Amino acid sequence: MGILEVKGVNKRFGGLQALGDVNLSVAENTVHAIIGPNGAGKSTLLNCLVGKLIPDTGSVMFDGKSVLGRTPYEINQMGISRVFQTPEIFGDLTVFENMVIPAFAKRDGAFRMHAFESVANEKDICIRAEQMLVDLNMQDKMRMHSASLSRGDKRRLEMAMCLLQEPRLLLLDEPTAGMARADTNNTIDLLKEIKEKRDITICIIEHDMHVVFSLADRITVLAQGTPLVEDAPENIRGNPKVREAYLGEAA
Amino acid sequence: MLGLDKKDATILLVVIALALLAPFLLNPFPSNSGLAQFNAGYPDLMQRFVIFGIFAIGFNILFGLTGYLSFGHAAFLGVGSYSAVWMFKLLSMNVLPAILLSIVIAGLFSVLIGYVSLRRSGIYFSILTLAFAQMSFNLAYSVLTPITNGETGLQLTLDDPRVLGQTATASGNIPATNVFGLEMRSTYTMDVGAWSFDFNAGYYLCAIIMILAFYLSLRIFRSPFGLMLRAVKSNQQRLNYTGLNPKPYTLAAFIISGMYAGLAGGLLASMDPLAGAERMQWTASGEVVLMTILGGAGTLIGPVLGAGFIKYFENIFSKINDNVLHQWFSFLPEGMEDTLVFLLHPFVGKGWHLTLGILFMLVVTFLPGGLVEGGQRLSRLFRRRSRDTDTTPDPEHHPKESPHVAE
Repeated sequence: MGILEVKGVNKRFGGLQALGDVNLSVAENTVHAIIGPNGAGKSTLLNCLVGKLIPDTGSVMFDGKSVLGRTPYEINQMGISRVFQTPEIFGDLTVFENMVIPAFAKRDGAFRMHAFESVANEKDICIRAEQMLVDLNMQDKMRMHSASLSRGDKRRLEMAMCLLQEPRLLLLDEPTAGMARADTNNTIDLLKEIKEKRDITICIIEHDMHVVFSLADRITVLAQGTPLVEDAPENIRGNPKVREAYLGEAA
Repeated sequence: MLGLDKKDATILLVVIALALLAPFLLNPFPSNSGLAQFNAGYPDLMQRFVIFGIFAIGFNILFGLTGYLSFGHAAFLGVGSYSAVWMFKLLSMNVLPAILLSIVIAGLFSVLIGYVSLRRSGIYFSILTLAFAQMSFNLAYSVLTPITNGETGLQLTLDDPRVLGQTATASGNIPATNVFGLEMRSTYTMDVGAWSFDFNAGYYLCAIIMILAFYLSLRIFRSPFGLMLRAVKSNQQRLNYTGLNPKPYTLAAFIISGMYAGLAGGLLASMDPLAGAERMQWTASGEVVLMTILGGAGTLIGPVLGAGFIKYFENIFSKINDNVLHQWFSFLPEGMEDTLVFLLHPFVGKGWHLTLGILFMLVVTFLPGGLVEGGQRLSRLFRRRSRDTDTTPDPEHHPKESPHVAE
């Protein structure tokens, strides 16, 4: 029984069957990659996991509880954090303020009317935020406006914000899309480090095979809305069906 | 001090000093000089400065922090005024219960309007609030005449019950608004040489309340709640996916700013006990938007400056008429004098809106951060000059690059 269990999920947009009978089981403390050609339904699947879309049929269970019908913030409070394809951060705020917000969300829940305390006096929150920035080697950018960060640093900040919440499941939507090789390698190193140091399950959607094969413990190949194969990385490479649907096309 | 850091405490002290010394600061010209018409230190106008300051401070909590632009805040101002006048009619002429009721009623009203309007964001939110405000205006103007007295406006009469006070004074007049006997209109005039300064009880009550309101907004700005409101403005998507529900945060901000508006409305009625529907009109809602943007939306002191600026224009600039212009330019040859007066005529007197509009355009174009940004630029200019002699570089402007960027 995995931490995330997707069973018989269908999603249709008008005449397009975006997801057809998707079954997926993500084991705890592993890195599970979902790959597939464009239009395979990877993003639709991800959106069904975080409450942005509701599947037509099927069930999505996280840690034994259904996530269907819950809003994104409720699902986040259950322990699922999401990193977006283009970094979604609070661009008007400083890096430090960006880090403080998830710390409050983790401690105080979805809403708390703390209008008279001062942020600076919430020592435990500030210490956690600073510690996480030190962990990810960003402490020298703490007072910077987050909108002025480089693309790679924005990604790093978003990752830090998600990790600060100590999620049980981290969803990554093409974390290296549009990145230069050096930045991609940095992200791989960062994710490897996260995987080693923390008890965390990572579910990653990615186009870049280099990233997938250097990180994943298990890979699901999605084609035309249906899982084609699910196997260990070394078996995926040689699988003729996958070659045909995806790798062959690329080669 | 008071849970504020040094910088914020300084801002608060500046506001306190400005508010308490306003009778001196706003009367810089001797009362018999030609420039005396630029003096703004008379009670009626000073009261307006601080009351609209309160209104704008509250509006800034919603607009400045969350970015939700309400075009209906005058409705809360009007509701506050009506509540206060009803309190004067039924209970007593003491302003404190009246002001309390104004805040409560405006708060309830904003729960209702906010709950519905906040289902949408952006332009749709603005339109919804505008629609609600216009509905309130029309209700007050005609439908709810028994409560609002329609287009005449709600006024005090000699046969109001006033259960805790007196219906009429011994001399047969309507009693004046007061705080435990201290009448709001009582004014002490101090003459120093050619100058004359007015110290008005009503003004000082408003000023003290404005200082409290400012302090409260300062605390909100620095609180986790304030941070969440800024996060709402910055990226709602990320906020949602960080496990925070933006709706109660924005609704709370909306209610708080509605209560500020109610407080301002109550104070307006306390200074001059009548309430009319025109207080709720959309132009009044637009005015507070102008004040906030002109002063600097999202800044602490900006809305107060903006409110003062606009009210000064409305009351002082509008009084300059052709005669005054002729006086000013009487030293010029006849033809030039007439031409100059002719050219300036559209911008003064009744045309003060034109000047204000031009100034507003200039500020928004060149100082998007409002008057506050103008102040910051000036101070930076001065600091840079003094730093030219300073050899130590400013560490904040030279952040050390982290190793992986340098790779």
